[in-house]
Amino acid sequence: MSGAGARRAGVGLKLASALVFGFLYFPLLVIVLYAFTTQSSAFTFPPPGFTTRWFSVAFADEDMWRAVRLSLLVAGLSTGVAIVLGGLLAGAVYRARFPGREAVAFIVVLPIALPGIVTGIALRSTLSLAGASFGFWTIVIGHVTFCIVIVYNNVVARLRRLSPNIVEASADLGASGLQTFRYVLLPNLATAILAGAILSFALSFDEIIVTTFTAGQQQTLPIYIFSILFRPRAKPVTNVVALLAIAITFFPIMLAQILTRERAGGTAGR
Amino acid sequence: MSSVASTRSLPLRVSAFFHRHPAVRLALFLLPGLLWLGLLYLGSLGSLVLYSLWLLEEFTGLVVRRFTLSTFAQLAQPANYEIVLRTVGMAAAVSIACALLAFPISYYMARYASPRMKTFLYIWVIMPLWTSYLVRALAWRSVMAGEGLFMWAMERLGLDGVMRALLGAPVVGGPTLVQSKFSLFVVYVYLWLPYMILPVQAALERVPLSYLEASDDLGARPGTTFRRIVLPLAKPGLVAGSIFTFSLTLGDFILPQIFGTSEFYLGQMVYVQQGVAGNLPLAAVFTFVAMAVMLVYLAIAKRAGAFEAL
Repeated sequence: MSGAGARRAGVGLKLASALVFGFLYFPLLVIVLYAFTTQSSAFTFPPPGFTTRWFSVAFADEDMWRAVRLSLLVAGLSTGVAIVLGGLLAGAVYRARFPGREAVAFIVVLPIALPGIVTGIALRSTLSLAGASFGFWTIVIGHVTFCIVIVYNNVVARLRRLSPNIVEASADLGASGLQTFRYVLLPNLATAILAGAILSFALSFDEIIVTTFTAGQQQTLPIYIFSILFRPRAKPVTNVVALLAIAITFFPIMLAQILTRERAGGTAGR
Repeated sequence: MSSVASTRSLPLRVSAFFHRHPAVRLALFLLPGLLWLGLLYLGSLGSLVLYSLWLLEEFTGLVVRRFTLSTFAQLAQPANYEIVLRTVGMAAAVSIACALLAFPISYYMARYASPRMKTFLYIWVIMPLWTSYLVRALAWRSVMAGEGLFMWAMERLGLDGVMRALLGAPVVGGPTLVQSKFSLFVVYVYLWLPYMILPVQAALERVPLSYLEASDDLGARPGTTFRRIVLPLAKPGLVAGSIFTFSLTLGDFILPQIFGTSEFYLGQMVYVQQGVAGNLPLAAVFTFVAMAVMLVYLAIAKRAGAFEAL
C-alpha cells in the first residue's frame, strides 16, 4: 500500500481491489459457462464444446417446476405476512416510547443475528413437540420468522427520515387514522415497504438452512438444487437451474437497491 | 374532505378512541409481531433448551423426557469435541482470510473511489449476499473439479506441483481438490467476503484524512501510518465483519457436504443428529455449543473495546 496519505490510489491497491472484485464475480460466470458444456459428468476446462440441450432437459423436468412453484408461493405468502408483522412492529417501535422497546427491537433482529441453523432446529423441535406435520405451512412459519426483520429494517429506516409532524397535521385536519395511513403515511412509506418486500421475497426464495429443518418431504427450489447436486449424470442441469434461480431474484433486488438508495447511506440493511 | 369533518363516521370514532388510549393502539401494533417472535420464536429457543436436557435412549431410539446432563456430557467424547475444535479453527482461518482480502477493496472504496464508483462497488459487493449461497457454492464445484478451471490455471502458471504438494499435506489436503479442506476453506472465504467488506469499508470511511496527513507530516513512513493509524481505526469494522464470518461458518451444514474431507463440522453434526440419527437432544447440545462460542466471541470483541467505536 503505497503512501497512506497519498491523494490517489497506488497501482498496487487498484490491482488488489480489482482482483478481489473479480474473485467475487468470476464464479458466477463459471456457472453460466458450464450450463452450456457438452460434458455430462465432468467440468473440464476449457469445455470441449457447447450445447443448449441442458436447458431443454431442465425445463422438461416436472420436479423442477414444482419446486419453483412452491418457492414462489412460499416467498409470496411469507413476504405478505412479514409486511404486516414487520410494518406494525416498525410503527410501534418508532412512534412510542415504552418499557421493553429495546427488547422488541432485539427480538426482531435475533432470527437473523443467530446462525440460521439455530432458528431451523429450534423451530423444528417446537413444531415436532406440537405435533405439526412438516410441509408448506411449516416452511412459511420459518420464513416469516426471518423475513420480519427485513421489512422492519426498511420501514424503520424510512420512518426515521419522516417528519413526525405530518401525522399530527393530518389528525388536526380531521383525518381518521385509516385516512392518515392511506393518504399520508403510505405514499411516504411505499417504496420502503416495496424494497423490504422484494428483499424479503428474495431471501425467502433462496433460503436453504432453515428450510431444510422445516420442509419435511417438500422441495423448495434450493432444496431441489441441492438434491440434484450429487447426481452423477447430466450435471450441467444443476447449472441451468441455478441460473434460473439467479434470474428470478436478480432484477427485483436491483430494483430494491435503487429504491432504498435515494440518499447516500440508505442501506438495505440485512 | 368536507365529508370527513361533517360525519362522525366509524373510522373517526375509532381514531378518536385510539387517540385517547394510545396504549391500546400500541398493544394492537405490537401484538401480532410479538406473538410470532416472542411466543413462537423465543418459545422455540426454549424448547431447544428442553431437548438438550433430555436424552436419547440408545436401545429404543426414543427420546427420554427426563432431565439429565448426560447429553451435554457427550461433548467430552474426543470425536465430539474434535468437531467443535475443527469448526472453530475453520471459522478463525476463514475470518482472517476474509479480513486480508476485504482490506484493499474496502480501503479503495473508502478513500479513493469517486462517488459514482463507490455506489457502483457498494451495490455489486452487496449483490452476492442476496443471491443464493448454494448457487454460489455450486459455481466452485465446477471450478474445483478434477480437470476444472482451478487446476487448469495452476498448470498454466506452472504451479501444479505446488497443488499436488498441498493436496498431499496433512491438514489442508484431501484425495481430490473438491474433497480437500483447502477447497472448503476457499469457498467459505468466497461466500462470506461481502460480510467483511461492508463493515470494514464503513469503519475506514470514518478515518479522517487529516490524521493520515499529520502522520505523514510528522515523518512516519506509509507502513507506520498504516500500522499505527489506519489499522487501529479499522479494528471495529474488522471485528464486526468477523462476527458474521465466524457465526456463519459455525452454523453452516451445507458446504461440508459438497466440499472437504469426510470429517464432520458443527453445523453438519446438528443436521445429521436431528435428521438421520434422530437424536434431537444431541443436536440441541451442539446448537448450544455454537451459540456459546458466539457469546464468548462477542464478549471478547466487546472487551477489546471494539463495539464502542461502532
